[in-house]
Amino acid sequence: MCATCGCSQPEEAVTITRPGIVQEHTHSHHGHPHAHHHEAHHHHHHHEEDHNHGRAKEVLLEVDILQKNNLLAQRNRGWLEAKNIFAINLVSSPGSGKTTLLETTIKRIDSSKKVYVIEGDQQTMQDANRIEAAGAEAIQINTGKGCHLDSHMVHHAIEDLKPKDGSLLFVENVGNLVCPSMFDLGESARVVVISVTEGDDKPLKYPDMFATSQLCIINKIDLLPYVDFDVAKAKEYALRINPKLKFIELSATKGDGVDDWLTWLETNQNQS
Amino acid sequence: MHELSIVLSIVDQVQEEVFKLEAKTVKRIELEIGNLAGIEWQSFDFAWQPATQNTVLEHAERIVYRIPAIAVCSDCNHEFEKTAVYDSCPNCGNFLHHLKSGKELKIKSILIE
Repeated sequence: MCATCGCSQPEEAVTITRPGIVQEHTHSHHGHPHAHHHEAHHHHHHHEEDHNHGRAKEVLLEVDILQKNNLLAQRNRGWLEAKNIFAINLVSSPGSGKTTLLETTIKRIDSSKKVYVIEGDQQTMQDANRIEAAGAEAIQINTGKGCHLDSHMVHHAIEDLKPKDGSLLFVENVGNLVCPSMFDLGESARVVVISVTEGDDKPLKYPDMFATSQLCIINKIDLLPYVDFDVAKAKEYALRINPKLKFIELSATKGDGVDDWLTWLETNQNQS
Repeated sequence: MHELSIVLSIVDQVQEEVFKLEAKTVKRIELEIGNLAGIEWQSFDFAWQPATQNTVLEHAERIVYRIPAIAVCSDCNHEFEKTAVYDSCPNCGNFLHHLKSGKELKIKSILIE
């Protein structure tokens, strides 16, 4: 059992793989030195109970259910901050263009900037292969049946990927607008992508993801003449949930608006 | 289905406690879950039985305290209960609020034997 997560999921469920390498690290690989452990420290208050329970004893725990994820996320965050790595947790529904946006970003960004990508999908190496072909180093996490990445998977992916100081690290989460919102990965910023081929009421339908993001990218704007998507309405809905949310409209395939996104990355990395 | 991960996290943490305290089983568990914590109850119930099977929680009575989401408007300081993330302030219509409660995801206590 892994010392970090004590995972009770079937251990072969999650795999972490570099493109071109046959299963370098799997979650179930317990020969791997997992150097981290974090025992929860809580105070126990024991009350003897007389509800005919015999030796039954009530233990007050008062612990956060996601405590392990949150603690490990903070460790990831601390490590990334110390190395001045700007880490983006990219979240969206499947098919909104996250991988295409990353390919465009890698090709267009200042060539002196080192870019790394952690790809999260239930199955296949497709996305990591696409990223490597675009020119960045990538690692693929396959969650099996899992619907989101968690800080523990990202922790191991970072260990394997070894991003350099001052680099940009993108974490492309599993395409899902619900579950990933609850799991802090230790990112510097969370960016939600929606595309104009989706409904403009998506922010209202999946509010948690918009509530926890700093930036919303509206992708595929080149298709606006052909669809009913109302950009102003989508923004208004998203601002109801998160009045501080910023927006960038772009087309990852055609390139419109991509400069705004590159500027946002540069500005925010310098501020973080 | 992040509810399954949530239930598995509960099982892990409780197993650890039970092991540390050298107990055998859990008779009862009390949880505190905020109304805006992002838990879908049908999914949570659906995940509970298979995820607790063959664990110390298999036969535990589960008590859930639902915590109402109380927000304070950052404009007019009006305090109100939110039932959805996008609720506006009923007093002034503003959408920017500070949430006092409603995001809890906590294991409050366990009764062990």
